[in-house]
Amino acid sequence: MTQTQQATQTKQDGDSHLIDVTNLKMYFPVMQGVVIQKRVAEVKAVDDVSFFIRKGETLGLVGESGCGKTTTGRCVLQLYKPTAGSVVFDGQELTKMNGPQIRAMRRRMQIIFQDPYSSLNPRMTCGNIVGEPLVVHKLVKSKQEFRERVSDLLITVGLNPYMADRYPHEFSGGQRQRIGVARALATHPDFIMADEPVSALDVSIQAQIINLLEELQEQFGLTYLFIAHDLSVVRHISDRVAVMYLGHIMEIADRVELYANPLHPYTKALLSAVPIPDPVVESQRERLILTGDVPSPLRPPSGCVFHTRCPIMIEECRGAVPPLREVAPNHWVACVRV
Amino acid sequence: MPTLLEVKGLSTYFFTPEGVVKAVDDVSYDVLEGETLAIVGESGCGKSVGALSIMRLIASPPGRTVHGEVLFDGVDLLKLDDEEMRKIRGNRIGMVFQEPMTSLNPVLTIGRQLTETLELHQHMNKQAALRRAAELLGLVGVPDAERRLGDYPHQFSGGMRQRVMIAMAMSCGPRLLIADEPTTALDVTIQAQVLEVMRRISDELGAAIIVITHNLGVVARYANRVNVMYAGRIIERGSARDIYRNPHHPYTLGLLKSVPRLDQPKKEKLAPIEGFPPDLINLPVGCSFRARCKFAIERCAQEAPQLVSIGEGHTAACFRAKEVNAAYHAGTEG
Repeated sequence: MTQTQQATQTKQDGDSHLIDVTNLKMYFPVMQGVVIQKRVAEVKAVDDVSFFIRKGETLGLVGESGCGKTTTGRCVLQLYKPTAGSVVFDGQELTKMNGPQIRAMRRRMQIIFQDPYSSLNPRMTCGNIVGEPLVVHKLVKSKQEFRERVSDLLITVGLNPYMADRYPHEFSGGQRQRIGVARALATHPDFIMADEPVSALDVSIQAQIINLLEELQEQFGLTYLFIAHDLSVVRHISDRVAVMYLGHIMEIADRVELYANPLHPYTKALLSAVPIPDPVVESQRERLILTGDVPSPLRPPSGCVFHTRCPIMIEECRGAVPPLREVAPNHWVACVRV
Repeated sequence: MPTLLEVKGLSTYFFTPEGVVKAVDDVSYDVLEGETLAIVGESGCGKSVGALSIMRLIASPPGRTVHGEVLFDGVDLLKLDDEEMRKIRGNRIGMVFQEPMTSLNPVLTIGRQLTETLELHQHMNKQAALRRAAELLGLVGVPDAERRLGDYPHQFSGGMRQRVMIAMAMSCGPRLLIADEPTTALDVTIQAQVLEVMRRISDELGAAIIVITHNLGVVARYANRVNVMYAGRIIERGSARDIYRNPHHPYTLGLLKSVPRLDQPKKEKLAPIEGFPPDLINLPVGCSFRARCKFAIERCAQEAPQLVSIGEGHTAACFRAKEVNAAYHAGTEG
């Protein structure tokens, strides 16, 4: 399997990997029946995905809604139990761990959610939200230490320590996302999965949060999996970028390479769909507009899942799933026409 | 081109227990026949309330349009009685809302929802209305249109639902289409499809469009003119080219600089607008953008800047417009 090769081969390139995901599959059962439930179908949310993340780097994961990018991230954190495949975090296989072992590992892996409104408990004060991981992982010994750590965390993300006694509704969207970031930082994690952390925010606030995430990465040596659908934001923050479509990785490459030289027809279409805030540039741009909608993951197309919308589809694409191939150093593409 | 819509001194306030929210405060602009006007601003800046005020769709109480005129083809919409206003809505002015799932009725078929307006405004009979509905769906690019008339909204994807909304808004051949964040809830590849459809249809019908959005990128390709709003007021107006290439208000400049652009090399750091929008109940005296502005001077705290002419058809509300513009061109705005 070429994807397994990718994982093993790139391991030899001298870089230390924090996370290695190999042949990851996540199928959700579709049940029918009132009393006796029968499994009638499967949603293949993530289907045979392999990638790695180096220590201290940011891997951007992009794709349209429903492509499985969030599911992939949650499988990495073992928030879902994957159907198949392996997730290795700092040399330890996560998929074979039991509950308490996973919980201990979670101290090192945290998450920032998309929606800063629904991801904070409205009945808890900001200080208790930020400090909850400290209590869960027994990282503080006294109330005094708890308060000090929470104050430090709030200052780190650009909030005032006196805000610890306020409730979420007293904060603006951007401030709430800062609370979410502070909570993720509480346990001194090595790895943070940021699931669309800025897409619910206003444009002028987005840049504030992106800058904050970059500063924190530098300060604490964090590794990020940055999930987003906005390709310009992903380009800004990522070292490498993976493009997903309908549960499969279509292309994965270094940031500069992927944006300068996109090879997969889906990546090209995604890039050409991103609007550029300049009417002069826009009027001169050739647009590649995809026809049709994303097919249902319940009944994904045979062969290459993109063939139903692909502008350069040939008969062969209906047959077998194209494997990820390395077409240039560290540039992997799953397309037979490249 | 003749003027289609003229908004003069429009003010819509919400009277809440906490105080008066001046959601839209003394806003004036016009829309020419067949043009596309974009209204850009962050959440809470009054862009949606302004559009809903034109259609007289503000819930009252707590909201009320306290002042202003909305001249549509020379008739002041704010002075019409309810019956006359109903003849305008959905007929001569169409509207597309942000969330296509919540703005379609989930228990009625798409066909029924499309024929309703046709029967009401165009006095068509059932068969004729159904035929027209199928045509309209085809026009906005819904495949297999005739069969899909019998489907319910949940059987459509987000992009397809938004097409249905556009078909509905366009069904009576309106002169003006108001689209409130028409693509915000959609994926990038679908956004492009929907915007193309909207522009093609309005070109065919010769309708003018007001697009409301928070994303300057989305409208760059489609807008002829742009109004930038902040805290209930228009702070800069001009042709799309002026706004994007020659901004004179620090907020416009901030919006342009805070987003990473795919066509430019990656910057080391983004330049965000620091702080957050003001509370509309306790608006500060003077310029409401002052607290977040790098160019603020003492005068900004004392009086609110009015829109002044910068060039032909280009106005900005800033005392330091010249310096802002110079800094933009020098690339030294921070």
